[in-house]
Amino acid sequence: MKTYIDTGKKDTRSGFGAGLTQLGKTNENVVALCADLTGSLKMDEFKANHPERFYQVGIAEANMMGMAAGMTIGGKIPFTGTFANFSTGRVYDQIRQSIAYSGKNVKVCASHAGVTLGEDGATHQILEDIGLMKMLPGMTVINTCDYNQTKAATIAIANYDGPVYLRFGRPKVANFTPENGTFTIGQAVNLQEGTDVTIVATGHLVWEALEACKTLNEQGISAAVINIHTIKPLDANAILKSVATTGCVVTAEEHNYLGGLGESVSRILAENHPAPQEFVATQDTFGESGTPDQLMEKYGLNAAAIVKAATKVVGRK
Amino acid sequence: MADITQLEAFVTQVRRDIVRQVHKVNSGHPGGSLGCAEFIVALYQEVMQRKDGFDMNGSDEDLFFLSNGHISPVFYSVLARSGYFPVEELNTFRLLNSRLQGHPTTHEGLPGIRIASGSLGQGISVAIGAAAAKKLNKDTHHVYVLCGDGELQEGQNWEAIMYAAGNKIDNLIVSIDLNGQQIDGSTDTVLPLGNVKGKFEAFGWDVISVEKGNDIQSILDGMQEAKAKTGQGKPICVLLQTVMGNGVDFMMHTHAWHGKAPNDEQLALALAQNPETLGDY
Repeated sequence: MKTYIDTGKKDTRSGFGAGLTQLGKTNENVVALCADLTGSLKMDEFKANHPERFYQVGIAEANMMGMAAGMTIGGKIPFTGTFANFSTGRVYDQIRQSIAYSGKNVKVCASHAGVTLGEDGATHQILEDIGLMKMLPGMTVINTCDYNQTKAATIAIANYDGPVYLRFGRPKVANFTPENGTFTIGQAVNLQEGTDVTIVATGHLVWEALEACKTLNEQGISAAVINIHTIKPLDANAILKSVATTGCVVTAEEHNYLGGLGESVSRILAENHPAPQEFVATQDTFGESGTPDQLMEKYGLNAAAIVKAATKVVGRK
Repeated sequence: MADITQLEAFVTQVRRDIVRQVHKVNSGHPGGSLGCAEFIVALYQEVMQRKDGFDMNGSDEDLFFLSNGHISPVFYSVLARSGYFPVEELNTFRLLNSRLQGHPTTHEGLPGIRIASGSLGQGISVAIGAAAAKKLNKDTHHVYVLCGDGELQEGQNWEAIMYAAGNKIDNLIVSIDLNGQQIDGSTDTVLPLGNVKGKFEAFGWDVISVEKGNDIQSILDGMQEAKAKTGQGKPICVLLQTVMGNGVDFMMHTHAWHGKAPNDEQLALALAQNPETLGDY
């Protein structure tokens, strides 16, 4: 087993902020729009460095998405910033018509996704956004796992021509991927090789999957761990290659099991290599107030839940 | 100096194009299209500074966004007759595999279209973005938008209207087609718009009223006044008082022809009232 070191807990949103800061210096076409959440999205530094390229739109997300679409006409690369809930559900039609259908080069950057937003509760904890975004034709959907990867993804999407949904979060989580690593859209990262079960994880659940892998190993179960940072387009080859060996899958995500990564993996398996699958995800429910750890525990979104699911799915082979 | 007679002849041909497109596929929106024919013709033939050809970014030229995308028949006719694509292509309006979709879109790559519209209320936001990009690019050209009046019932407009004034988007000219009609009836009976001029002014816009919104000279005068007000720290709104269905007598002054196609007899009547000028496609 490979060993991964947590270099110190950091929030993924700060990775976004750092990536945006770097883009500000290297790409003059990058502009940033924010709907009254500059501090929460860690966009302060970009704003301070490039006030002329920073657009404070106020609490008006629909207008922000339309403006972002318009700014591409003129060659700009707009990055919009607000919470995941207000980046997707609130503005679905604006993204659908003015950005996705119109094929505009807008980067919809969404923080505070999932239950780990914590105490603010269900009104702000969207668990449906991956589904909403992946259903849009032409939309690339990315959910990063730590600070370093979020920074790398932020920089990478500026070089990709097309609409992107970049999902990250609020809490400080383990930072374990390489500093200044390369990020290739659509290319899964094999974190652990294994022979008994394949754990396909995204976002905050990737570190939990690595922790689960250690526990499973102690129990005599060899688990492969794949970091799926890009949910669409999904790296089917990486998943199928591993499942050819292991014969079963656990998917893990901080999202409803309806519409999430798990269902995308199921489709690939059904079409190519039917295999037992267990879903570590929320079970068609809203979240609630609590600390991130309490919520991950209550909603079954941690290493312990992945171990349980892996043990179960191995028994179903 | 604009040749008004020539522009009126252009409008007459556009009216023919509108009713013929809609009649052929027995669907589409002739009422609002006819009501805005003079405006769109004036815009493309006189008001806007346009480059030859089409590129998406539209650098160093004026841009136009149609927010009320359902009046695509007039937009397609004027675009085709302004050289963006072959006039014969109007034959494909709303047909399978056509670039002339029911509502305008960039998706099929039709030259002249820079954003999809149809789901209402999004055009001003897009135009603000394009206007802001022009400012960043030090491009002094203007950005134009046309919205329906019923469309103002969509809340996003008011987010955009607030933003444009608060951020001095003064290279933006938004025209509102005040025909007082929408699908279910008059705007007064569906959801009264109240004092539209007062609302825009209260949000911080300069407002120009064109009472004869189907009179070319009045439109040109109003747009000239609008252009003169650009660059002074305020976005500009032009309120066009138009008649839905203008130029086809039985379609005028009613919401009945908002989204209904004429039958064969009605088409013949409409065409008889608008003799061929530039040549049918």
